[in-house]
Amino acid sequence: MRKIEAVIRPEKLDDVRKAIEAVGYPGITITEAEGHGKQKGVVQQWRGETYRVEFLPKIKLEIIVGDADVEQIVQAIIKAAKTGSVGDGKIFVSDVRDVIKIRTGERGDAAL
Amino acid sequence: MDPKVVADTLWVLITAMLVFFMNLGFACVETGFCRSKNAVNILSKNFIVFAISTIGFWILGFGLMFGNGSSLWGAEGLWFLGGADNSPATADAYKGAYASLNWTGVPLLAKFFFQLVFAGTAATIVSGAVAERIKYFSFIVFSLVLTAVIYPVIGHWIWGGGWLASKGFLDFAGSTQVHSIGGWAALTGILVLGPRIGKYNKDGSANAIPGHNLALGLIGCFVLWLGWFGFNPGSTMAADVDAISRICITTNTAAAFAMVTSTLTSVLLIGKPDLGMTINGCLAGLVAITAPCAFVSVGSSAIIGAIAGVLVVLAVIGFDKVKVDDPVGATSVHLVNGIFGTLCVGLFAESQWMPNKASGLFFGGGWTQFSTQLLGVLAVGATVFVVSLVAWLLIKAVMGLRVSVQEEIEGLDIGEHGNSAYPDFVVRKSLPMSGSMMTAAEPARR
Repeated sequence: MRKIEAVIRPEKLDDVRKAIEAVGYPGITITEAEGHGKQKGVVQQWRGETYRVEFLPKIKLEIIVGDADVEQIVQAIIKAAKTGSVGDGKIFVSDVRDVIKIRTGERGDAAL
Repeated sequence: MDPKVVADTLWVLITAMLVFFMNLGFACVETGFCRSKNAVNILSKNFIVFAISTIGFWILGFGLMFGNGSSLWGAEGLWFLGGADNSPATADAYKGAYASLNWTGVPLLAKFFFQLVFAGTAATIVSGAVAERIKYFSFIVFSLVLTAVIYPVIGHWIWGGGWLASKGFLDFAGSTQVHSIGGWAALTGILVLGPRIGKYNKDGSANAIPGHNLALGLIGCFVLWLGWFGFNPGSTMAADVDAISRICITTNTAAAFAMVTSTLTSVLLIGKPDLGMTINGCLAGLVAITAPCAFVSVGSSAIIGAIAGVLVVLAVIGFDKVKVDDPVGATSVHLVNGIFGTLCVGLFAESQWMPNKASGLFFGGGWTQFSTQLLGVLAVGATVFVVSLVAWLLIKAVMGLRVSVQEEIEGLDIGEHGNSAYPDFVVRKSLPMSGSMMTAAEPARR
């Protein structure tokens, strides 16, 4: 089992959700997040002074899937979330040791 | 009833109502230019300041300003508008305590209302400059002193038949009387209060403290612009069709040119056309044309506006550099351009619109009027600076002037009023001035 974590533009959430729905996914958790990448935010101005907004609003989504499903979901996210400009976000894939479904007590792939 | 009295009274009252509406304009600009945590406090100040002005100007202000008296202050009919008066009789037919207003043929209460809304404007200018750190009740006390004493005494000199009027000083609608007085009082308030926490770093460099709602700021600017069509053309205090039409256009033209030049100056100096600077530019043009609006041509008003737009941007940047922390640019708009506009009478005025007066420098009248204008600027500036400084220091000593550090960080809305302007909005945490930056900049506070 793998965890797919994707940090995306907030305005792309709808597109991404529709795209992964077409592929199929077991469930999703999203978080409103703030952060920055290499550009370290954006510079704005106010009446003669400039200031840097270091953390920009982002959406972080988490999906836990079986190993075989990782690639198509990752590709779907990329396709839907990409604009080609800086700030499109990143996707992280990591191993998950176990999953427990609270209602039934099922574990592992059966709990997905 | 004489139709001229009817027309003049309607004109005076309607334009006074437009000037009254400027209170909303100031409330919107100032609130929009400050942070959301102080919105209730700024709205409250701008709201109650008109009530305070009404009370102060009724009890004492009007009599002090227009009552017959010495060249320094009025003495007759001092309290509660109580002098004898047979308005709307004018000139020699007028018999009463307020002879300095005998040139306008409207009832006394129309004169009072028109002058009251002007006094209220001067008081509300101060509010923005001292925003985000002043105690609510201390501000109210200062507003009372300003509208009941400072504004009326200077007003007696200029509009009440006092010594500046005798010298031929001209300030048609109040670049000095309203805007510079408000501006000087604002400047001394800033000096006594010191900058907001987080405005300056240890090395002396300034931080931007962005306002929370430029939409509100722009609404306020438009409301003020509309109000100015009452402020300037209304100051004829008569439905004099040629004069009010021309003044309407000189007023509008100055604003338009100032908006364009302030925007261009902002692009040249800062890099982008900053909307806050364009808003300040519009107001700067309006302030600058206020004194000369009746005495200059439309062409001259364009030049005056164009210069005002450049001046205001330089002033905002300059004041920031010398650590005069004015959250909304009130000193740059009202003080700097109030002075500039007053001097413009001595440069651009034309005798065709001023009975028995010489033109300004650029129209062959020499330096005479300019030197009179300069004298007025200096005398009013020095007096208001000293008197308002003393008033601020007295208030500071007796009741305190600045809120606690903790209250300033948490916002004056909760500390002063127990309210929140936007209780169900999520507060963005990523803007500068939150948390660590504030404490880091703490030593810069005076």
